[in-house]
Amino acid sequence: MATLLICEHDNQSLKAATYAAVTAALALGAEVDLLVAGEGCAAVATQAAQIAGVRKVYLAEAAAYAQGLAENLTPLVLDLATDYSHLLAPATTQGKNLMPRVAALLDVGQVSEIVAIESPTQFVRPVYAGNALASVESLDPVKVITVRTTAFDAAPASGGNAEVASLTQVHDAGISRFVKEERAQSDRPELTAARVVLAGGRGMGNKEHFALLEALADKLGAAIGATRAAVDAGFVANDTQIGQTGKIIAPELYIGVGISGAIQHVAGIKDSKVIVAINKDEDAPIFQVADYGLVADLNEALPELAKAL
Amino acid sequence: MKVLVTVKRVIDYNVKVRVLADHSDVDLKNVKMAMNPFCEIAVEQAIRLKEAGVASEVIVASVGPSAAQEQLRTALAMGADRAILVETDEKLESLTVAKTLAKICESEQPGLVLMGKQSIDTDNNQTGQMLAALIGAAQGTFISEMRVSAEEVEVTREVDGGLQTLALRLPAVLTADLRLNEPRYAKLPDIMKAKKKPLEIKTPADLGVEVKANTRVLKVVPPAERQAGIKVSSVAELVDKLKNEAKVI
Ligand SMILES: Cc1cc2nc3c(=O)[nH]c(=O)nc-3n(C[C@H](O)[C@H](O)[C@H](O)COP(=O)(O)OP(=O)(O)OC[C@H]3O[C@@H](n4cnc5c(N)ncnc54)[C@H](O)[C@@H]3O)c2cc1C
Ligand SMILES: Nc1ncnc2c1ncn2[C@@H]1O[C@H](COP(=O)(O)O)[C@@H](O)[C@H]1O
Repeated sequence: MATLLICEHDNQSLKAATYAAVTAALALGAEVDLLVAGEGCAAVATQAAQIAGVRKVYLAEAAAYAQGLAENLTPLVLDLATDYSHLLAPATTQGKNLMPRVAALLDVGQVSEIVAIESPTQFVRPVYAGNALASVESLDPVKVITVRTTAFDAAPASGGNAEVASLTQVHDAGISRFVKEERAQSDRPELTAARVVLAGGRGMGNKEHFALLEALADKLGAAIGATRAAVDAGFVANDTQIGQTGKIIAPELYIGVGISGAIQHVAGIKDSKVIVAINKDEDAPIFQVADYGLVADLNEALPELAKAL
Repeated sequence: MKVLVTVKRVIDYNVKVRVLADHSDVDLKNVKMAMNPFCEIAVEQAIRLKEAGVASEVIVASVGPSAAQEQLRTALAMGADRAILVETDEKLESLTVAKTLAKICESEQPGLVLMGKQSIDTDNNQTGQMLAALIGAAQGTFISEMRVSAEEVEVTREVDGGLQTLALRLPAVLTADLRLNEPRYAKLPDIMKAKKKPLEIKTPADLGVEVKANTRVLKVVPPAERQAGIKVSSVAELVDKLKNEAKVI
């Protein structure tokens, strides 16, 4: 019995999500091997080999793997799967895209977004937008799992010395092709890994008002997040959406501004250590989960806050 | 080209669910049920494809209890042409649903399958990817835009770092994200018309699918409740609390 974890990276370096998923993998109690698949990503494998507790790193480099297309990566994972009882990936959009495809071809289910491991066969996962936590036992011979990375600490980036083994087989299903990518450009920390998150909602009113948040974020070294309503209104980019169907965050400090606190949004923030809400409506539901609430008009409160920090 | 859309009957997104006292499940008695919101977006997209002359027929399918006919009728009222219900009262997991849908694909041969990215009850986010695997098709998950050409569909996907565009060979399986479109409301005359549209009922056994459990739910518990904290009266007080009480800035 051993665990294979599919690493998340951008061909240059490992994503923070991978380190958290390694902690989950190690918690299963068996040997942990990693797969780094991509193009020109040998340095990523070297980085992965240094994570404490890892036994072996598989490196698969081919143009077909460059953008992580599920159609091409699935057969590669299936080649390796026979040696493993558990296949893991972080519950990022990449992991969510790939792992169910792998599971279906192994004729097993997938246990999505686990937040705790009770035994090698029992896992806890949130359902109904986090309004319930289900303990589930997997009955399948191979467990295919995605890991909610905010629920696990990052594994130490050094201290390991795993062997790197190159895989030479190339799978190109030829049915999907990468066209282009628009990466949201930002010098800010990643939303899911940031220590402080400033989030704006529909109450921000327009794109320009998000500039007020930017000024604050500069001071706090914070990431910027948003509600679905703010994204739908075009105030900010899609990938800033926090919530049940967006990103799940767990920063030390979350400050929500002009956000009502719908269950779908709260599902994504309630593991934050400290929640601050600024809203002009004293009955806004977000105050029910906020440690510190300020009933105020954001047009006055935000400039004041920027000055006070 | 035929387009197959899948719809799931789930708890209405406005309902705040409660865990049962015996921790066996959540309380689903007498709660409002509805079409999964992501499936509504998928249905809307299929109808737009028909209106644009890309789709020749829109077929909606659901796997679940008899009551799921309500959600299929809603999809028909929105503009789908016919419906298929694979009826079962057994507890369904994604792999079984995907296998059932694969059988429907085998007989209907759709050029595109449109699904939701996620059920808002189980929050699984996996059935579309599983179906694509089982029928050997390309997958476009979490899409916010799509353009169909002769042999391909180009999709824009909402991914963690931004947007990714892929070209997929048809037939393909697509899963809808929130920004793909805004679903229409069915109008009363259309709701009346939908009552006469064909709705075929089958069983998993008719399709040769065995309903299988991949997991067993051991218990369901409520999450740790967050307590409401305090209201501060000024920005200065807020900053003071964050610095000296919470010590987070
Ligand atoms: C299937 C589905 C999935 C969803 N997924 C998500 C998700 O992942 N994430 C998410 O966030 N939402 C999600 N939603 C949407 C969710 O239900 C809410 O509609 C959304 O979170 C509301 O966003 P909001 O709080 O910005 O807007 P609103 O609810 O409109 O709240 C705006 C708030 O701003 C306040 N305000 C206005 N002006 C000012 C001012 N000048 N100063 C101070 N306060 C002001 C108002 O008092 C109000 O409380 C989803 C919905 C569905 C159906
Ligand atoms: N029982 C079902 N019947 C029809 N479609 C389903 C069913 N379960 C899941 N789906 C489809 O798969 C999508 C993703 O669901 P899930 O993988 O459960 O999060 C849903 O939005 C539906 O379109």
